Amino acid sequence: MEQGLLDLADYLEMALGQAVLEVDRSGRELCVVVHRDTVARVLTFLRDDVNCQFAQLVDLCGADYPERPERFDVVYNLLSLTHNRRIRIKVRTDEVQPVPSVTGVFGSANWWERETWDLFGIYFVGHPDLRRILTDYGFEGHPLRKDFPLTGYVEVRYDDEQKRVVYEPVKLPQEFRTFDFLSPWEGLPTLLAGDEKGSASDKD
Amino acid sequence: MPEHLIQNYTMNFGPQHPSAHGVLRLVLEMDGEVIERADPHVGLLHRGTEKLIEYKTYLQAVHYFDRLDYVSPQNQEHAFALAVERLLGVDAPPRAQYLRVLFAELGRIGNHLFTICAFAMDVGAMTPMLWGFEERERLMEFNERVCGARLHMGYFRPGGVTQDMPAGLADDIMAWTESFEKVVADLEALLSENRIFKQRSVDIGAIPAKDALDLGFSGPCLRASGVPWDLRKAQPYDAYGRLDFDVPVGKTGDCYDRYVVRLYEIRESLKIIRQCLEEMPDGPVKVDDRKIAPPPRAEMKGSMEALIHHFKLYTEGYHVPAGETYTAVEAPKGEFAVYVVADGTNRPYRCKIRSPGFAHLAAMDYLCRGHLLADAVSVLGSLDIVFGEVDR
Repeated sequence: MEQGLLDLADYLEMALGQAVLEVDRSGRELCVVVHRDTVARVLTFLRDDVNCQFAQLVDLCGADYPERPERFDVVYNLLSLTHNRRIRIKVRTDEVQPVPSVTGVFGSANWWERETWDLFGIYFVGHPDLRRILTDYGFEGHPLRKDFPLTGYVEVRYDDEQKRVVYEPVKLPQEFRTFDFLSPWEGLPTLLAGDEKGSASDKD
Repeated sequence: MPEHLIQNYTMNFGPQHPSAHGVLRLVLEMDGEVIERADPHVGLLHRGTEKLIEYKTYLQAVHYFDRLDYVSPQNQEHAFALAVERLLGVDAPPRAQYLRVLFAELGRIGNHLFTICAFAMDVGAMTPMLWGFEERERLMEFNERVCGARLHMGYFRPGGVTQDMPAGLADDIMAWTESFEKVVADLEALLSENRIFKQRSVDIGAIPAKDALDLGFSGPCLRASGVPWDLRKAQPYDAYGRLDFDVPVGKTGDCYDRYVVRLYEIRESLKIIRQCLEEMPDGPVKVDDRKIAPPPRAEMKGSMEALIHHFKLYTEGYHVPAGETYTAVEAPKGEFAVYVVADGTNRPYRCKIRSPGFAHLAAMDYLCRGHLLADAVSVLGSLDIVFGEVDR
């Protein structure tokens, strides 16, 4: 990571104090995990502080890690045109804990928060108009969650008799295929896959 | 006669409307001819690209990027290729970098030709569309010659490009840059001082720099508001740092400025293309790492190892080390970026696509409020919206 970003990380830890939970300096990009309730204050600080000047919220999205107790990340990517820098702010939450909306800080957050609500079911409190945006009218579920199947639950078709579009449960003409690619690329471990019997008989 | 309370009239613009540029349902609240509120309903073209990519290998995912903004497919691939290269910690060889810049700029010209001409047609000029599309056809022929596909190229891949240019293509592109100058001049003569065109675009949908930044504008739309910001200059990727070009900037941020910025960007792109063709070094076009890029076809005929590598790459793909990156490129429409989270397997764990059109369309309400109904068409045309990338 370049020196400017490292300095910025130190500066943020000092200036924001308790709000900062984690700072990731390992990669080429700076990522700061902050406390959920302080996100609006942190983003306002990042926007207005003379050493930060992150004038643009370029992206806001969710990410799902179902094995964690707080399964969702809300990721804010900011850009400073003055300092030519990017920073990533993250907030952790789960299905029920709402995240404060940052529409008051950055106008661009409006639709991205709607998208994150639509696709992940992360609730943003204080959002002026939290409707679904990408999915169909009357859609149920949050499709980008890891426990939502790729094929979805319903499919639509035009019914010639009823003269309207009808929703039906998904019928797959071919079974959905997933392949196990976690086998090693080079070499095999001492135990060969499918040869478990052989080693089991050794024990007996 | 008793006074009646007159209610505002709410109407649908689209989803099927020729100047909605695709499937946009725009709910407009009208006070007579004046727009009081604009509420775009998007998602009618939502195909779940991000979800699908989570179930595909990195190489398979490349092809979803062509189908986002189908007007300039190679620029999207560029962002994904750079993101995966950053996670893998490899750099494309110099010739591949120049090839990518060359075709990214051809894509930019194709996109701007489309946008300017479609915008002109939205406001009533038919001729630019016919003239511009003739040249766009030439660009697609170049695409076809280099990778076999006219639109969905699949040409920029992590680690380089699929194949080198065929013999003679460089000369043909160079010759085209000469003849194309005249077409740009013709377009400019048709539109820039055209009275009807100016009446429909000057001072329509103006946005000052401060609001443009706040609403997440990028690319030509941000530059039209007077912010000199171009990722090719500010955060150069591939060969852009070695090339000489200017960044045109507007003043008022209205529809006319957005058109002018695009027109001048075409000329700058031509400069870049000529420099690329002149400076392009010889050498390989993909990284010399058989765990990422496939071996040459000839080698596979004789080498068992090459055959195994080919098979593994096209079935399992490569495993990308755990990490995450937000990598942006200057696509013709603005900052196109991917936020990729890799978990060490052969598939992206999460791939968020940041499309510039999404932010621009979100500003429709800001831009249209107080304008006439006919101006909504101008604003939409000048924002350069393509629903493939807005809805993903």
